[in-house]
Amino acid sequence: MMAAAARFLIRGANPKLSISGGGTLLKLSPSCSSRTKTQRRHAAHFTYHPDPVPTQYGPTTKMNLFQSVTSALDNTLASDPTAVIFGEDVAFGGVFRCTVGLRDKYGKDRVFNTPLCEQGIVGFGIGVAVAGATAIAEIQFADYIYPAFDQIVNEAAKYRYRSGNLFDCGNLTIRAPWGCVGHGSLYHSQSPEAFFAHCPGIKVVIPRGPVQAKGLLLSCIADQNPCIFFEPKILYRAAVEQVPVESYTIPLSQAEVLQEGSDITMVAWGTQIHVMREVANMAQEKLGVSCEVIDLQTILPWDVETICKSVVKTGRLLISHEAPITGGFAAEISSTVQEECFLNLEAPISRVCGYDTPFPHIFEPFYIPDKWKCFEAIKKMINY
Amino acid sequence: MQNMLTIISNALCRITGRHAGAQTVSELLIDLSEYVNITSPTAPVMVTTERQPPEPPPVSARAPEAQLVSAQTDAVARPGARVVVSRSYADFTPAMTFDIKKCDVHRLEEGPPLKAELTREQGLQYYRTMQTIRRMELKADQLYKQKIIRGFCHLYDGQEACAMGIEAAINPTDHLITAYRAHGYTYTRGVAVKEILAELTGRKGGVAKGKGGSMHMYAPHFYGGNGIVGAQVPLGAGIALACQYQGNNQLCVTLYGDGAANQGQLFESFNMAALWKLPCIFICENNKYGMGTSVERAAASTDYYKRGDYIPGLRVDGMDILCVREATKFAADHCRSGKGPIVMELQTYRYHGHSMSDPGVSYRTREEIQEVRSKSDPISLLKERMLSNNMASVEELKEIDVAIRKEVEEATQYATSDPEPPLDDLCNHIFANSPPLEVRGTNPWVKLKSTS
Repeated sequence: MMAAAARFLIRGANPKLSISGGGTLLKLSPSCSSRTKTQRRHAAHFTYHPDPVPTQYGPTTKMNLFQSVTSALDNTLASDPTAVIFGEDVAFGGVFRCTVGLRDKYGKDRVFNTPLCEQGIVGFGIGVAVAGATAIAEIQFADYIYPAFDQIVNEAAKYRYRSGNLFDCGNLTIRAPWGCVGHGSLYHSQSPEAFFAHCPGIKVVIPRGPVQAKGLLLSCIADQNPCIFFEPKILYRAAVEQVPVESYTIPLSQAEVLQEGSDITMVAWGTQIHVMREVANMAQEKLGVSCEVIDLQTILPWDVETICKSVVKTGRLLISHEAPITGGFAAEISSTVQEECFLNLEAPISRVCGYDTPFPHIFEPFYIPDKWKCFEAIKKMINY
Repeated sequence: MQNMLTIISNALCRITGRHAGAQTVSELLIDLSEYVNITSPTAPVMVTTERQPPEPPPVSARAPEAQLVSAQTDAVARPGARVVVSRSYADFTPAMTFDIKKCDVHRLEEGPPLKAELTREQGLQYYRTMQTIRRMELKADQLYKQKIIRGFCHLYDGQEACAMGIEAAINPTDHLITAYRAHGYTYTRGVAVKEILAELTGRKGGVAKGKGGSMHMYAPHFYGGNGIVGAQVPLGAGIALACQYQGNNQLCVTLYGDGAANQGQLFESFNMAALWKLPCIFICENNKYGMGTSVERAAASTDYYKRGDYIPGLRVDGMDILCVREATKFAADHCRSGKGPIVMELQTYRYHGHSMSDPGVSYRTREEIQEVRSKSDPISLLKERMLSNNMASVEELKEIDVAIRKEVEEATQYATSDPEPPLDDLCNHIFANSPPLEVRGTNPWVKLKSTS
């Protein structure tokens, strides 16, 4: 809403990103920047690690994250005649361009704008879904999802349970841009996954890049439970990969081991995965520590088994997310893992998260759990 | 001299920026500007950190309703009828009564008067204020494009008559709350340009200490500055309840946009306000587009003044400051007389896009914007009225323009040289607490303190 801005911001801040991918990100970091301003608030805090080209799903084409989301929605609209997409400004493509061209291709009765009313959008989506159609709702920013909180928590999540399985709104998928963006300030940067993780009946999914985004989003749409799909908005343009053109799904509630290691397990999701991968390299190079990097992907219900298996092997666990530390989802993981793997632990489980402050305006670089903070945590755990 | 200073400091920044820390450059610039202030006779006194409100709204000059209606004859023909005569400009028309556009009314027997009186002093003050807001917004636009202002920024140019007209009709002790397009109201509620710009650039001297940014600005009796569409409206009703409870004859002006008018919270607030007869003026600034969607495509009824249903309403020409002023006075009297809330729709227009990412021309034509600019610009309208009725001279207005330009330039200088807030501020002001509260950090071994 007020934030149509982000479109420009992402493009404006790092103009080279969409052209040459993650490589240029490093060049924008403070040490080698030729910028003259005293603030350097928009240097990215991570280096994007593209996934290998998937071979099992047929031909691929180069897409960034928002294009892969568009592609998933395109596949859905083509294959499912009941699918409809609605949200604020989605008809002309949305502020992050995720629905570009879909109205023209499938008609304005299937891709349409709503007024600015988040509670209405979600409530409306539940109605659409409960009547049997496939509803894909967009909330313009995850920060704006709170007016719809009641509808999600009390209506969507409990529909199946409270009707004794007579009714459900499993056909509902809610998409929302999520996470920090470099300069989003208080209301365009939040990561509210933990709020929804406290709510049985919905699924919460966060992808780390274009290939995962498409597969997971299609899974969410196909899944017979209401799903919230959070898209890391800083990756919309920065993340570019070879994405399969055809429809494919990646299973929900399954964490993915991205890098095997023996000394420490690192769990994250969304943008933070890329921070973790960089930290894993740093730890290997500077400390000779072998890290196992796991992308949790589905926050609720989460894959306890993969994480615990890994911790049994490594004996150490580091969890990192952008949301504030207290009551963040890392707390749940930490608690479960210490119950399951207490005797395997070599060091206390470590959480590197956002501060317990509102998401700050100009202090974002200090707030972000960047690679240095994670690296420091690894040192502490190894030397425990 | 000031220009030279800018050039020098920019150069210094460029030269030293790579080696010296932000602090050093900022200090350097402050030193420089102090130097200039001392030595240059033309340099203004802008270094003080005190609030420098615009001239107070002409509350005292407000004529009672009856007088306004009766003052239909040319004021010049009745010398002595007005006290507000500027001595040194005796040949100017001291005051005039203008015909203004009739407001559409909803559940009201009578609307605001069809004539409004404008004194020369009021006219000049309105002109100065609106022009300052315009200049400030254009400067913010420029700073944004230079990437000095980052993040989310919503400009107010085009809508100046709303902010000024409302301020001219209420008392400084009345309350006002608005959404994220807040720069104009921040200024009319008494915050200096430099504090607004410094907030935009995230500096210590900003009105919210650099912690809020564009959408979050506050002043006494001005409750912000709210980022979530429509969320400020229930707050406004609550403020009005406090006024009613305290019995202080104050009221709350609660502003929202045509986009927010479709949020459910509004209707909850309307109900409570009407039920308890709260002194609240709900004002919908209808600038024709909620983000990128025109009102017709987002609202089943675009008669926003009727959407309070059981609450009386007014539709007002929001491009004419006199219309806005008279309608707001009317609404304020309505509230103060204990009749409960009233809804006002100000029909206005924003020249810029919704926010800085929005070029503002993908959902409306350039011609449309140009037509509004040329035919109903609020500043031109006032200027034209004053000039054609000999209430001011071209030179005089030009002088005001020059002074404003200078003020904005100096404010920019301040906003780009003032230091950023210290890192401690990251954790301050989370809770009201004493002694300081420990804030859990990104990891267990970093402890920060929060104070308020």
